[in-house]
Amino acid sequence: MDGLVIDDVSMVFTLPNGGEVHALEDVSLHLEPGELLAVLGPSGCGKTTLLNIIAGFLAPTSGQALLNGHRVTGPHKERGMVFQQGALFEWMTVAENVGFGPRMGGAPRAEIAEKVERLLGIVALREFADKPVYQLSGGMQQRVALARCLANDPDVILMDEPLGALDALTREKMQGLVLKLWKETGRTIILITHSVEEALFLGERLVVMAPRPGRIHKEYTLPFADQGVDGDAREIKVQPEFISTREEILSMIWEMEEEIMGGDETG
Amino acid sequence: MAEHRNQPSGLAIWLGVSDNTFTRQKTVKFGDASAVNSGRLWSIVTVAVLLAAWWVATVGGVLDPIYWPPLEGGLYPWDDPDRAKPGVVDRFGSLIVEGYRNISFGEHIWTSVKRVLLGVFFGALVGIPLGFAMGLNSVARGLLDPVVEFIRPIPPLALIPLVILWLGIDEVAKTFLLFLAALFIMLIAARAGVGSVRISKVHAAYSLGASRAQVLRHVILPNALPEIFTGLRTSMGVCWGTLVAAELVAADRGVGSMMMIAKNFLQTEVVVIGIIIIGAIGFAIEMLMRVLEGWLIPWKGKG
Repeated sequence: MDGLVIDDVSMVFTLPNGGEVHALEDVSLHLEPGELLAVLGPSGCGKTTLLNIIAGFLAPTSGQALLNGHRVTGPHKERGMVFQQGALFEWMTVAENVGFGPRMGGAPRAEIAEKVERLLGIVALREFADKPVYQLSGGMQQRVALARCLANDPDVILMDEPLGALDALTREKMQGLVLKLWKETGRTIILITHSVEEALFLGERLVVMAPRPGRIHKEYTLPFADQGVDGDAREIKVQPEFISTREEILSMIWEMEEEIMGGDETG
Repeated sequence: MAEHRNQPSGLAIWLGVSDNTFTRQKTVKFGDASAVNSGRLWSIVTVAVLLAAWWVATVGGVLDPIYWPPLEGGLYPWDDPDRAKPGVVDRFGSLIVEGYRNISFGEHIWTSVKRVLLGVFFGALVGIPLGFAMGLNSVARGLLDPVVEFIRPIPPLALIPLVILWLGIDEVAKTFLLFLAALFIMLIAARAGVGSVRISKVHAAYSLGASRAQVLRHVILPNALPEIFTGLRTSMGVCWGTLVAAELVAADRGVGSMMMIAKNFLQTEVVVIGIIIIGAIGFAIEMLMRVLEGWLIPWKGKG
């Protein structure tokens, strides 16, 4: 089967005291190639665990993740990852960071240089190619991280709150860039975020997860990402449908959080 | 237009008599460590007072030259002719021109510095791979941990008797002692460097298609370099201290041995020159390492 399949994945961690944490329970998903899925949920709902399983950093205790029919057993360049800040290599320049994947794969120098040049053009960082990454602002660093991930032409791009540490203005600009890259490259993207607005705006599909055990609570198919590719983000975000869905999800997550708090008080 | 009267001069700021603008405009100064300026004028006063006290005390005959040498030598009218002593300044000149005990002054210094460099070099050569192994592999950690934890708190000087028993007092013995001193510092620094790597960097590298060897070479090693360099700096300092002590015990050349021989002949001025040289070289090593660090690992602390 083409695309990404999460097949009945469960993840149970055993604690030192013998207790068990059900980080994920019976999670199943199917993503067609080129779909953009946003994953939302309160902390502890297992969304990062799910992403780590797809990336191949964690093996699920049961079930499996499949990409284009083969089973995920470890990290691979077919599944690129964009982390929250701090995953760039600060001992390399911007260009060296972007070219890292092809360089490790032994691509010819000229080919790497051409690719880096093109990608830095897309993320508008061409004039910073020879700068060390630590001299760049947070938003620019995340653009480097995006370009570095794209340099390997991954089938799936996994994003773990990549915009979480950015200020509100930079964040909005970056959302536009993510949409543009999605449309231009046609990659499958899974985006994990804490921001309901971001999930609504970017997620062609949206999954809300619930904690204890981590599971899929509700799924949406949304029109906003498609509109956002060419449209004005501000206009989309004030549409009545956008606002009503946002309120629905917010109260859903609030209820979950309150349940957790209540559970903590009695337990 | 606001008035800016009484701007302090650049010299006043350099001397620490006045604060720069950033500090001058602060209303809360007590408790703000960055508002304490260099106070350089007072440093100059300290040095001047110390030198003046030295001069007055020795010229005035307050200090016996056997216990503390005069700055300038010569026979003063009130001196006993038998006790005329060369001063530190004269002796320094003659050391540079004639050397000491048939060995040139430069060679005494270079001998000491060379021993330190060799000790640190071999300590790093063995310590860094062992530290990496301990940071990356449970078996290596388990095997080495008891040895490391046992030897770590032992001051290298406590090993001198054993090293003399094994290797005598020649160059190899001294280099070996310094090697031991540097080894454990470098090993612990390399282990800490490996431990400090952020897992997202390692994950990112694997996701980008890097092999294990590539992750080691391109992620873990450069990530550990700042800690390794701090280890090098520390072991340079520790080795320098250990060496001088080792030379005091047994050696025929080197700054420490020069001082020990001079002591036997009551040449206090040579002892004092040795102390000054040891301080100056220790300081120079530290400065050099800082410059090298800024040049070689500009990304330190920027992750």
